Order: sequence, then C-alpha cells, then structure tokens
Amino acid sequence: MLKNSLLYKTCLRTTFVRSANFKGISKFATVQSETPVSRTYGGLKDQDRIFTNLYSRHDFGLEGAKKRGDWHKTKEILLKGHEWIIQEIKASGLRGRGGAGFPSGLKWSFMNKPSGDRPRYLVVNADEGEPGTCKDREIMRGDPHKLVEGCLVAGRAMNATAAYIYIRGEFYNEATNLQIAINEAYKDGLIGKNACGSGYDFDVFIHRGAGAYICGEETALIESLEGKQGKPRLKPPFPADVGLFGCPTTVANVETIAVAPTICRRKGEWFASFGREKNSGTKLYCISGHVNNPCTVEEEMSIPLKELIERHCGGVRGGWDNLLAIIPGGSSVPVIPKRICDDVLMDFDALRDVQSGLGTAAVIVMDKSTDIVSAISRLSAFYKHESCGQCTPCREGCKWLANTMSRFEKGSAVPREIDMIEELTKQIEGHTICALGDAAAWPVQGLIRHFRPELESRMKSFSAKNTDKDLSKFSSAAPGLDAGVA
Amino acid sequence: MNFAIASRILARRYLNTSSVLKTSTSFIKGVKIPFPVALTKRPFHASAFTTSDQLFLHRDTSENNLSIPFEFTEDSLKRAKDIISRYPPQYKKAAVIPLLDLGQRQLGWTSISVMNAVAKLLEMPPMRVYEVATFYTMFNRSPVGKYFLQLCTTTPCQLCGSTEILETIKNHLKIKPGETTPDKLFTLVEVECAGACVNAPVLTINDDYYEDLTPDTTIRILESLKQGEIPKHGPQSGRITCEPKSGLTTLTSKPYGPGEFVRSDL
Repeated sequence: MLKNSLLYKTCLRTTFVRSANFKGISKFATVQSETPVSRTYGGLKDQDRIFTNLYSRHDFGLEGAKKRGDWHKTKEILLKGHEWIIQEIKASGLRGRGGAGFPSGLKWSFMNKPSGDRPRYLVVNADEGEPGTCKDREIMRGDPHKLVEGCLVAGRAMNATAAYIYIRGEFYNEATNLQIAINEAYKDGLIGKNACGSGYDFDVFIHRGAGAYICGEETALIESLEGKQGKPRLKPPFPADVGLFGCPTTVANVETIAVAPTICRRKGEWFASFGREKNSGTKLYCISGHVNNPCTVEEEMSIPLKELIERHCGGVRGGWDNLLAIIPGGSSVPVIPKRICDDVLMDFDALRDVQSGLGTAAVIVMDKSTDIVSAISRLSAFYKHESCGQCTPCREGCKWLANTMSRFEKGSAVPREIDMIEELTKQIEGHTICALGDAAAWPVQGLIRHFRPELESRMKSFSAKNTDKDLSKFSSAAPGLDAGVA
Repeated sequence: MNFAIASRILARRYLNTSSVLKTSTSFIKGVKIPFPVALTKRPFHASAFTTSDQLFLHRDTSENNLSIPFEFTEDSLKRAKDIISRYPPQYKKAAVIPLLDLGQRQLGWTSISVMNAVAKLLEMPPMRVYEVATFYTMFNRSPVGKYFLQLCTTTPCQLCGSTEILETIKNHLKIKPGETTPDKLFTLVEVECAGACVNAPVLTINDDYYEDLTPDTTIRILESLKQGEIPKHGPQSGRITCEPKSGLTTLTSKPYGPGEFVRSDL
C-alpha cells in the first residue's frame, strides 16, 4: 500500500516537474531570462514602417521612390565604408528573412576575407515559392528601388562587384517593375560606374528562373544561375568561399536586402528597438487561408499571433473559437493547434519553443471546416513534386510520404502506419544535402504530434465501413498488417 | 507456367498498376500465386525523379523533330546579346535559362530545335541544354494553347477554394489538367504555389496573375478570352493588391519623405 502510494506520488511528481520544465522552456529558453515581459509588441506606427508602398498606392518609379526617402544620402552611407555598414546591421540585430534566421551582419562579414583577384558577388534570392509566402512580390512591384538601393548598400558592405537578383520565372510583371527601377537607377548614376558618385563601381542584374522551388535553396540557386539544373551543392565549401562562378558569394533574401538602407539611415538601434531581444525589427507577414481579410502587412516582430490576425485580418472566419490550427511560417514548418496559437508570439525563438518556426512569417490559417489531413497531404504532394531527385532519402521518401498521406486522407490505413510514417520522416530529416528533406518531413511530424487522434479516428471509421474486406489491399505500404493493430 | 507468373509479377513491380495484377489473377485461375498479394504491390523504387511534369525523353513527332528549323529573329538575337552580356564572358552558358525562355516566347513552346539553337548560340553541348529544359517546369516541351492556364492548387489556394475553380474550368472548357481544347485556345495545368497566397485562389494566364477568383469571375475571364479580349489582371474582387479587403489597417498616413527620421551623423 505504502509502496503503491509512494510510487503514485513519485509519478505525480515527475509529471509535475516535467510540465514545469516545459513551461520554463516556453517562457525563457532562448530569450534572455532577465528581460522583463513588461512591454507588449505590435501596433507599429506608420512612421516606423519601412515598406511605405507595400500596397502599390504610390509611384514605384525613381521619382516616387525618392519622394518616399529612398536614395537619400546613399553616397554618405557608401563612403562610411564596409565596416561601418556591417556594424550597423549587427547593431540592428537583423536576422535573415528567408526562413533560416541567420544573423545578417555576421553573414555579410564572412565576405571580407582576402579573395585574391576574384570578384565577389551578392545574389538576391527572389525565388519566392514557399506555399503561403508572397512578401517579396510586393516589395518588387511596389518598392523596387528599396531593393536596388539595398543591393548597393549590402554589396558595398561585402565589397562585391555585382548583384544578381534571381526572380522566379512566374513573376513576370514584378521582374518588369524591377527592371524599370534598375534602368532608372543606371540612368541616374545611382548604380553602375562610380555609383552615387562614391567612386565605387557596382552592377545590378536580373536573372529570371524557370519554375523550380528548389532554386530557393542558396546553392541550388547558384547552380541555376550558372545555367545548370538546380541541384544543391554539398557544403563546404560554403558560397562565401566558392560560390557563383567560383567566386565568393552571399545569397540573401529580398526583404533582408531591402531593409538595409533604411536601417543605415535610421540607425541600427532604431530597428533593434522593435521586437524581443535577438528577434528584433519589423517584418512582413503574409496571412492567408481562413481569415476574413487575407493580407500582407508590415508589423513588429514578436507580435502575438492572435493580435496579428485580429488587428489586420478581421479575425478568423467564424471567430477565434472556430480556429483549428495555424501553420505560422510557410509550408515547411510544423502546424500548431489552436491552444498554442492563443498566446504564442510571432518570432524566431517563441515559435521554436513550441516546436514550430517563424520561417518566412507566412501564416496559413485553417478553421474548423478544414480537412487538416488533406491540407498536410497536399503539402506532401508539393514536396514530392519539388524534390530535385539528387538525394535518395528525399527523392524516395517524399514519394512514400505523399502516397501514405493520401491514404491517410481517407483513413485507409492501420494505426501502426502512423508510427511508420513518423519513422520515415526521421529518416529523411537530416540525411539530405539541403533542407528540402527536412521541410518535407516537418509538416507531417507536426500533424502526427498534434492531430494523431484525428488520424486514428479516420482509420477506425474506415475499417468499420470496410470490415468484410481485406485491408491489406488498400495498404501498399504495409503488407501483412491487420486492421486495428495498434 | 511458373516462369510466366514470375515474369508477370516482375513486370507488375515495375509497372505498378493494379490492372495487370487483376488480369493475371483472373487469367491463371486455380494456380496459387507464390507471393503474398500485398508484397507484389510493392515496387522496389517508389519513384523515378520527375521535377518537370512532362515526359523526360524526346520522341520525334510531326511537330517536334530535328528537321524543323528554328532561328532566332533579329530582335531576339539583340535581346540575347544583351542577356549574355550580363554574365562573365567565360560563363556564357549561365544565360541558358533566359535564352530558352526567349526561344519559347518566340515559338510558343520549347521544341528540340529551340534547344539546339540555344546550344549553338551559347557554344555548349546540346545535352547540357536538354538537361536544363527538362528540369524546369516552365519550359513547355510540347505545344500549348494560346492561353496557357496555370492554376495553383497548393494548400493556401486549396483552403480558399482552388478545387472549386479547377472543377469550374474543367466543366467550362471540357478539358482535364494537361489537356488542350480542340480549338488550341486553352491549355490547363495544375501548378505548385504561384507565390500570391494572400490573393488565393490564383490562376496564371500566360504571364499574368488573376487573383481572388470565384467560379463566376473565372467563367467571366474565360469567356472574355474566348472573345479575344484580355481582361484586367490582378485581384478580381476589387482589391488593388494585397491589402485587407475591408480597408487599410496600415499605411493610411502620407508616407514619410527624404530626410525625415534620418540620423544626424550621416
């Protein structure tokens, strides 16, 4: 009896400690614990927004851009030199906006090693194709001069000779706007020989892709830019040593590059004053799916997810209680259910603590009418289509994932297969050259983590409907499994 | 007999179609198959990689073979020269994707002759051009209709009703994805994320995005294309771009101008 009760108590205690730990992690894990949670985030003022022509209400051309403060004192910024620019970017705490969130100042500083007589290149990744993401498109059609000026400033910080902007081929009209902006800038002497009169030569070129999601990966993008199939390269050597045309190269997202001039003009500290520590700045959020008013909006980092949706998107369709789940950062990050969405903050660390990620801040909202299995299954089909076929785990695994997920949609599977598919994702994840394998694995893992009962109940009702039939004939992946084996 | 069964099963593994198995079981009634049924359903390789949607091999057809000449026009050559000048002279082949695109714009699709013309222009082995042309989905290696409809069906669009739009187009034009209408006016394909998720569902017609679609607006667009008019691209719901449809929540004031909020030490 005593033993039993002791055991019981110990069990209780372990659970208690575990949940306490979990709480501790979610609050303090990666953010500095001494930061008091005194201020709230969100509600950015218009005067602190960087992309003032996000909705293409004003002239995107040079004249309009100059009126909105672009190209103001660019010469003075260039003359301050590369160390000054990198210092400002480091002070701003800017983290890459393409998904991985690597500190930009640090990344740019890798370029200033001696490279012999090889030129250096800046490559801007405008191959925006992550499902849910549509922010770079708005920058390129509304504020193309911010990007061109950003290329010049970032290029100066790396001592690069030229920038290539790799735009996905489908963005034809966006590429046109950007080309107009580049032509205007050349004509005005802002780029080209003796850019802005600073004595520094810098060229900007556009390269249009031709429809391959994988080219958003930096080394695949370099391969594609060199006129080959977009298949990622093994690292090392990193692009900062051997990149485009064998020269030191940095690949950065459009948004990262486009905010750089404004940061230099308004001080790094200004940018760092938004958002939580290590997650600072403003960010373009794209909110799609089941909200009343889907939109792209520039907001402060660390804004609570619920506030972001209620303030700018008119709330979830049918009210917040009608919410089922949200994919907070584009298709590659795991889905989070409503109970987590209630109070999670939109930044790199807070979302990592709930086992998801900020990614590109592309919020895909799904209300209770959504067939969540079908939604994730569609993403698996996407990754199957977009896998470049170079690494076996990804090429074969994505196909298996898509096949199995499409059976899960109907429920024609046995519960043991849930564990099998989870193990399969673990065998893809981390065993490929690039992160596409991981990206294919995570949505499925997120689904299993939070919606396992849903999967199981589908299988149960399917097998109830098909009792007289041999289930193995519906299940090509799991020969010999009996229905109902847990 | 046993050999026949085994070879059938082997063939089945590669073909991975259930019809073969069904016929084989009915054909050889009374003979016990030595493998469990489920096992034969399981091919060793799940997939050959297919990035592009079409066949990888080139098959000579009446409209696509080596004897059909293709030459870049004067205008195209001028553009090509401009494109090539963007890359270092020893890396001319970097221009292969833009030049294939140029060829496709001139001819309407990328035939083997277009690929060869690009290879000749860039002084690179034709095989390197074929590799690129088969990898990227935007190169149509078979002819397409005058209006190339590319409907995004990835999750964000799916959530906003792209399945309904797909059904609408299928019913209205009486074609399935991958097919062209008999009058060679429309070709329909399903594509992966078009990158305009906030404006879902999205249909790309040639180079233009038609956004915020409903079945009604989709039919209206198709009808006016049939009449030879090109409707205004962009959101069909009255939005201008990606702002909230109920009105602006941000950027309502006049944008700040040059010199405002700029640090003093510049």
